[in-house]
Amino acid sequence: MSPIVGIAFGNTTSSIAYVNPKNDVDVIANPDGERTIPSVLSYVGEDEYHGGQALQQLLRNSKNTIINFRDFLGLSYSECDVSKCAAGAPAVEIDGKAGFVVTRGDGRQEQLTVDEVVSRHLNKLKLAAEDYIGQKLSETVISVPTNFSDAQKSALRAAAKKVGLNIIQLINEPSAALLAHTESFPFKEDSNVVVADFGGIRSDAAVIAIRNGIYTLLATSHDANLGGENLDEELVEFYAKDFQKKNQTNPRKNARSMAKLRANAELTKKTLSNVTTATISIDSLADGFDYHTSINRLRYELVANKVLSKFAQFIEDVISKAELDPLDINAIVLCGGSSFTPKLSSNLEFLLPESVAVLGPQCKEASNNPNELLACGAALQAQLLSNYDADELAQALDPVVINTQHLKKAIGLVDAKGNFVPVLLAETSFPAKKTITLKKAKGDFLVSVYEGDHHIKETIVEANAKAEQDDESDWSDEDDEPEVVREKHYTLASKLMELGIKGAQGLELSFSLNNVGTLTVAARDLKSGKVVKGEL
Amino acid sequence: MLTLPALTSDIGVAVNTNVQKTAPVRRPVEPVGRNFMHHAQRTLRNHTWSEFERIQASKNVQRVEEAVDPDEALFDDELADESLLEHDPRDWKTADLYAAMGLSKLRHRATDAQVIKAHRKMVLKHHPDKKSASGGLEQDGFFKIIQKAFETLTDSNKRAQYDSCDYNADVAPPKKGAKYDFFEAWGPVFDSEARFSKKQPVPSLGGPDASQADVERFYNFWHRFDSWRTFEFDDEEVPDDSSNRDHKRYIERKNKAARDKKKTADNARLAKLVERVGSEDPRIKQFKEAEKKEKERKKWEREAGSRAEAEAKVKAEAEAKAKAESEASLAANAKVDKKKAKEAAKAAKKKNKRAVRGSAQAADYFGDADKAATIDEQVGLIVDTVDDEQLVELAEKIKGDVKAALAEYAQKLIDSKKLPASLLSYFA
Repeated sequence: MSPIVGIAFGNTTSSIAYVNPKNDVDVIANPDGERTIPSVLSYVGEDEYHGGQALQQLLRNSKNTIINFRDFLGLSYSECDVSKCAAGAPAVEIDGKAGFVVTRGDGRQEQLTVDEVVSRHLNKLKLAAEDYIGQKLSETVISVPTNFSDAQKSALRAAAKKVGLNIIQLINEPSAALLAHTESFPFKEDSNVVVADFGGIRSDAAVIAIRNGIYTLLATSHDANLGGENLDEELVEFYAKDFQKKNQTNPRKNARSMAKLRANAELTKKTLSNVTTATISIDSLADGFDYHTSINRLRYELVANKVLSKFAQFIEDVISKAELDPLDINAIVLCGGSSFTPKLSSNLEFLLPESVAVLGPQCKEASNNPNELLACGAALQAQLLSNYDADELAQALDPVVINTQHLKKAIGLVDAKGNFVPVLLAETSFPAKKTITLKKAKGDFLVSVYEGDHHIKETIVEANAKAEQDDESDWSDEDDEPEVVREKHYTLASKLMELGIKGAQGLELSFSLNNVGTLTVAARDLKSGKVVKGEL
Repeated sequence: MLTLPALTSDIGVAVNTNVQKTAPVRRPVEPVGRNFMHHAQRTLRNHTWSEFERIQASKNVQRVEEAVDPDEALFDDELADESLLEHDPRDWKTADLYAAMGLSKLRHRATDAQVIKAHRKMVLKHHPDKKSASGGLEQDGFFKIIQKAFETLTDSNKRAQYDSCDYNADVAPPKKGAKYDFFEAWGPVFDSEARFSKKQPVPSLGGPDASQADVERFYNFWHRFDSWRTFEFDDEEVPDDSSNRDHKRYIERKNKAARDKKKTADNARLAKLVERVGSEDPRIKQFKEAEKKEKERKKWEREAGSRAEAEAKVKAEAEAKAKAESEASLAANAKVDKKKAKEAAKAAKKKNKRAVRGSAQAADYFGDADKAATIDEQVGLIVDTVDDEQLVELAEKIKGDVKAALAEYAQKLIDSKKLPASLLSYFA
């Protein structure tokens, strides 16, 4: 049986991945060795170029080079933001939908609808994967943004069908990324996670609650005008200014010059993610003047600061959209090519409380290739689905199964100090089960089960009190101001039940919620096996 | 670490049934990941937690079992022959190379991949570095044998030569005269001989229920067995020709002669084996008997026509004979009856004659006693003259009026001119 590949189909780049026979996720490289394959098609005469080769055509043959076409799929022409592909072949209206006109050999004009372009792109990806794996492919899992409409999804299915790829499931991009992340770095506890996808031309973020390994989307946010290209633009502007100052020539007037600058700016940006200095060297940028300069990371970060703070703001927005506080968030998973930028992670770390782990490429607890997360997640899902037949999958995707009840408030215990200890967190989907083992518990105990309200407690710590604690840091002027310490805090809401346990020799408490929300709390004595059980 | 408050009051289970739990919210979960599929199965099949955990546990057990390399089970756990450890590596040819590789169970059946795997396993265990590290003496003799074995078994040509002379893989045929189950004893013998066949697959001996075609195929195959077995492995070491070329050639000739001799002997051995099996095969006996019976039956059928004819003939003859006999007896009976009737008629005639003769006397001569002699004479004439029928009638009639009856018949005789009336004067 041929494996099922996972495809991450992005506006800027696409990736293909599959789970190889050794059970590792392989991101498949195309024949040019690219693992993140630019979603670009270019036509020169009768030849069709794809991926990196096509991207190079953007400089000289931009009118026949199709870029950033994914988001047009399945939309009417009026809904499309055609300015996105201004740098390449312009989008035109074909049968009420977006399309492109390219010039083939002998000056023949060829009209390509977006559906056709997507089909050709998927076909190239399929061929690359078939070359790599050595088997024919017929089935795939593709990740799509959370705001993809049903019409867009069915258009994607049709486009894939045309090249012999049967999409067995379309999964949401943040879920795919989280799936790939948790596969290698599982969260030890139930968490709330922000998955932020900073792509080339758009950004998406989602707040996901992970409860018992089941993901629930709490909020999503999209920004179609924020992405890696904004960073490039800042750099281009910086270089243009610099060039103008040095040579008294404005490169902005010449589209070719701008394309050259943009290509080099992108390269510089990528280089600066890995090293601290990058040089740029362009022969004959404008009016025959060469341009040669170097930039260090600090300068770049200053130049791009405005955009980078937008990225951080974007994440804060999605958290508030989910009606949560940054303190409720356990981690931020960064994916997409732009998240390579080190400043992005450090900005977030600075902005958000310490309890939030920023899982970007700089973190050792996260993937080194955030741009491959989506494809890996799709591949993992594909491998999982290969164990199930179509009927089982169709049943599992039934709305009755997918739409489940979620706890509104956390359910937990009261500990010896009278504090609420959450066991089943809010947003836990039914049915659920959680077990706590207290090996050292000996004697008589009271297990009181409560619902818990949580809120953020803000306490103001006096500056001098803080200063006393760390008197070495007397240089900081921040310490002079009173600091607000924010803490996540639970208060007891309604009491659900109490269980009295006598003569315990180690306890195992299990909380289980069934489909209709009946809560069963059972306390089992580890030694005698005696069970005290309450049901509500 | 969580600590629980101590129990202050005497509470068993107190469920606050009055409490209104906060209403849950309905949201879609993301249909991705293993946990979602588990969730879906739980929801669809209505499993309880304990049921679900049990199912998962059994699946995990299966997965673990599947993960074990199937080859591992086929390798030897321990060295099959401990004496190999002391075997002189210079005499490696006499060592059991398969046993040295831990392949004593697989032998010629081991695939190349298995040989490599087994070699790696043995090297890990018996490498001199390992031995000296664990304080052992520097005895690398066994390791040299392992290396020789690996060298031999990974070269297809050398391996074929070694397999030819791997007598450990032979299965001895059952002893003559001993009691044994034919199929159990001979099956493995031929399975092991089959490894030398150039043609594969080799038909197996089969069971007692094998069809005649299968059995015939088996014997046909083995009668025309084409073996690749060679005996080069047993060759005497050929010296290099630097010192004495003639000696080298002599050795080579000797080796070739020895090989040919062994090959001939091996072929003869196999032919004998096949012959012996054929003679012992209960199925062949069965088939022969069946054949004989079949022949008889056919013959019987073929002769059915003539046999029916003969039977019919015999039957007809018997019938004719019986008929003749019965006819003869009937005729004889009839003769006797006739005779008896004749005699009876004679007797009756006599009796009638006597009665008629005596009738006149009995009637006192009708009152004419004086004419008694005449009457008697004339009655006598009548009696002698009347024919038999008339006599019977007369005899009947004289029981009535004797004189009238006599007169009537006298008249009849006269009328018929048998007697002249003169002679019957009395009655006329």
